[in-house]
Amino acid sequence: MLSFIIRRLLVAIPTLLILVTISFTLMHAAPGGPFTNERKVPEAVMKNIEAKYHLDQPLWKQYLYYLGDLVQGDLGPSFKYKDHTVNELISSSFPRSAYIGVLSFVIVVLLGVGIGVVAALNHNRWPDYAGMTFAMSGVMLPNFVLAPLCVMIFAVYLKWLPAGGWEGGRIEYLILPIVAMATSYVAQVARITRGSMIETLNSTFIQRARAKGLPRTHIILRHALKPAMIPVISYLGPAFVGIVTGSVVVDKVFSTGGIGQHFVNGAINRDYSLILGVTILVGALTIFFNALVDILYTVLDPRIRY
Amino acid sequence: MTLLQVENLSVSFSTPEGSVKAVSGLSYSVEKGATLGIVGESGSGKSQSVFAILGLLASNAHVSGSIKFNGRELIGLSEQELNRIRSKEIGIIFQDPMTSLNPFMRVSDQLSEVLMHHKGMSKKDALNEAIRMLDAVRIPQARERVNMYPHEFSGGMRQRVMIAMSLLCNPQMLIADEPTTALDVTVQAQIMHLLRELQRELSISIVLITHDLGIVAGACDHTMIMYGGRMMEYGSTLDIFKMPSHPYTQGLLKAIPRPDDESDELYSIPGNPPNLLNPPTGCPFAERCCEASEQCEARAPALEALSGSRLRACYKPWTPPHRKEPPAAGARLELEAGVRGDVL
Amino acid sequence: MLLMGKDKGVAAMAANMGKYKGRSLWADAARRFARNKAALISLGVLALLLGFSLLGHYASDWSNETIDWGRLSNIYEQGQPNLESGHYFGLDHVGRDLYQRAVQGSRISLMIGVLGAFVAVVIGALYGAVSGFVGGKVDSLMMRLVDVLSAFPFMFLVIVLMAIFGRNVLLMFVAIGAVSWLNMARIVRGQTLSLKRKEFIEAAFTVGVHPMVIILRHVIPNLLGVVIVYAALLVPEMIMFESFISFLGLGVSEPQTSWGALISEGADNMRSTPWMLAFPMTLLIATLFCFNFIGDGLRDALDPKGN
Repeated sequence: MLSFIIRRLLVAIPTLLILVTISFTLMHAAPGGPFTNERKVPEAVMKNIEAKYHLDQPLWKQYLYYLGDLVQGDLGPSFKYKDHTVNELISSSFPRSAYIGVLSFVIVVLLGVGIGVVAALNHNRWPDYAGMTFAMSGVMLPNFVLAPLCVMIFAVYLKWLPAGGWEGGRIEYLILPIVAMATSYVAQVARITRGSMIETLNSTFIQRARAKGLPRTHIILRHALKPAMIPVISYLGPAFVGIVTGSVVVDKVFSTGGIGQHFVNGAINRDYSLILGVTILVGALTIFFNALVDILYTVLDPRIRY
Repeated sequence: MTLLQVENLSVSFSTPEGSVKAVSGLSYSVEKGATLGIVGESGSGKSQSVFAILGLLASNAHVSGSIKFNGRELIGLSEQELNRIRSKEIGIIFQDPMTSLNPFMRVSDQLSEVLMHHKGMSKKDALNEAIRMLDAVRIPQARERVNMYPHEFSGGMRQRVMIAMSLLCNPQMLIADEPTTALDVTVQAQIMHLLRELQRELSISIVLITHDLGIVAGACDHTMIMYGGRMMEYGSTLDIFKMPSHPYTQGLLKAIPRPDDESDELYSIPGNPPNLLNPPTGCPFAERCCEASEQCEARAPALEALSGSRLRACYKPWTPPHRKEPPAAGARLELEAGVRGDVL
Repeated sequence: MLLMGKDKGVAAMAANMGKYKGRSLWADAARRFARNKAALISLGVLALLLGFSLLGHYASDWSNETIDWGRLSNIYEQGQPNLESGHYFGLDHVGRDLYQRAVQGSRISLMIGVLGAFVAVVIGALYGAVSGFVGGKVDSLMMRLVDVLSAFPFMFLVIVLMAIFGRNVLLMFVAIGAVSWLNMARIVRGQTLSLKRKEFIEAAFTVGVHPMVIILRHVIPNLLGVVIVYAALLVPEMIMFESFISFLGLGVSEPQTSWGALISEGADNMRSTPWMLAFPMTLLIATLFCFNFIGDGLRDALDPKGN
């Protein structure tokens, strides 16, 4: 088991390397550098700047420099915010995204699984219809529609909650971002949970377990829950990354100052090192959590050999 | 003493296409310690007729009639009341041991939970009892194997686990729904052998469902032949084999390949089982029966008593043959699976 | 084993096939789809939306580019949706007719949705079918690539592409479509693999049917259902994707517009001109719901296992 975990994590390393290479190449294949838009600077100054960022070196050397720094956890200086390194920018914004994200994730798991299980147990009765109407709406309502809608209703008209800002993460500033963040994930998890729970309850071994004369709740909790959770977990792995790395939309609509803002700003400002840094962070987390899901599978499903 | 008394049992399923009548007007009884074989083709309603006993039918099923177990009516019982009978008084094993066990749970947990729930045993006692029962169904190294998952067992071993599970609470009756269909021929023989040994040891009643007459021959006191959801013929196994009175039974017996038969071709009954969505008004077998008359197609024949406990549903006059007929080879057909393996 | 019961039944059934009226899979599917009210209504609403996007501009005298100078000074009061003035959906924040803008945006959003889904389905289905059918090392290599690509934060990639290469609607089709084929490839590969192991395909191989014939006669017809369902569900995803990017200000650029761009403008002005948010939002949500209901209906119709 331990060797499988180590092996699975080791496999993630070349994947990560490919990710870094593709991102790096794409970023540098793009026409126009971060400094082309700025007002004319003297040639000598430009040279200095380029030398500072190794832009005067051949691409493969730049790549090796970047990899070398990356191994030491250094994502380099930001091209746009010249006083800051990418590390600083990420470390000031990522905790906010992660804070909103972890809270949202807890809600997603509890509410999503809860709604899904209740709907499945009441298949084709009103709790099922109610739950699935919510889930269908949640899945179809994009967060860039939901977020402004929330602001319009709860901040502009009802004036119950602030329209945006961070304020040290006070609860009233977190509610709307979390709602905007979690709703579609709750809906997805509820849908997946319901589907797989119904399938499990209809499977032969659950039907056969009825013949054992065990109470229904026992069969659901001890026999059905674990197999039903497997598709949910494969969804939750990547979803966790999406939730924790924050949403571009949430940052834009609520000005929460999470990591999403850097992506849009980085893209608009052509701040390559910033985009690259955020991409690599998100990619690395995705790869790590995919590996974690694979490991969780083997724990949950005894039939999977490792 | 009568343990199970089924009277006028009908089972139908409502489907989008209409009502499907799986079982119509079935009546039979099983004595304490006796074995009843129910024989029929796929779709003859034999499995549904016993699932009805334990309330294990799908939710779109409608059941009517009466099923009395130890004098107690089972039809109409709540799920909770049924749970006190399931496994505790009536055990059941299924035809698909590969998919009947929960692949996510250790065998130990799947066995001991039955004892913990029905007998209030502690986890430790239940585990010991489970191991003892695995021993009883001849699973080698039960103490080590009990901690494995179902996929680590072979098909035959899983069926043994199922049998052990169904017998944990010393039920008075065991329903075996095609217990050997999914297994290899040699394993079939072992499982049948085990069932008979266990029956002798525990003096338990068994309802054995099968599409294989050979299995019935070796194992059952009485045999019921079902077709199209109805009983065609009922009698002692010996009588059924020696003097089949219904054309369908005669056809079935003729279809058994025999080592002394020189001809190359296997006999088969022409035609298909009836469509139960629009069941024929007359005898369900009439369409395939070479002796059917207009009367057969118009109205289904009622069951009539022949001699002793024998019943039959057919208009054709019948007199018991005086001498031994070729189809019935030997007084007691010891057609055990192992022997049948040789036949093949 | 005694030749009875199951074996016998199958043999007899094969001999008597003609007796039973065979129902075509597709006729069956059409019947099931027609029973699904939500899907049928959605189909109707979608047809109306399509008509709106293609012909809607004839219904108003205003144009999507001219500015209504007379009302520009006081949009908050005079720019409200009003049937008499001809501004059915009101004015936007710079005084253009929102109805005509909405027609224009609908056309672009729907077009991107359908074309993006088409690109994704074609790439994904071909890739997945080849991977699954060839199998072996080629399969594992092709799927490894899909795995690597899906670890890539593609949403970000598209943003980057749009930022770097300029905002070009054509490029956006390609980018969105090229990003979204991964799941399609996985699904089709899985289906192909399981089809390959099905008895009837193995039987065809055994009796020496040419692989090309097997692909054409057995594999493709059996894949079609999955592909259709997935394509129907992919269209709203594409529309959402495009709207999302336009919402961030990285998608289609002025004077062109799309639902996402309109919603973005509406969100910026929701305190003063809330109708700018309400109309495009309603159009987008209605479309997403319709496509999802239709997709669900198709899935129920084409996948009888689900019942």
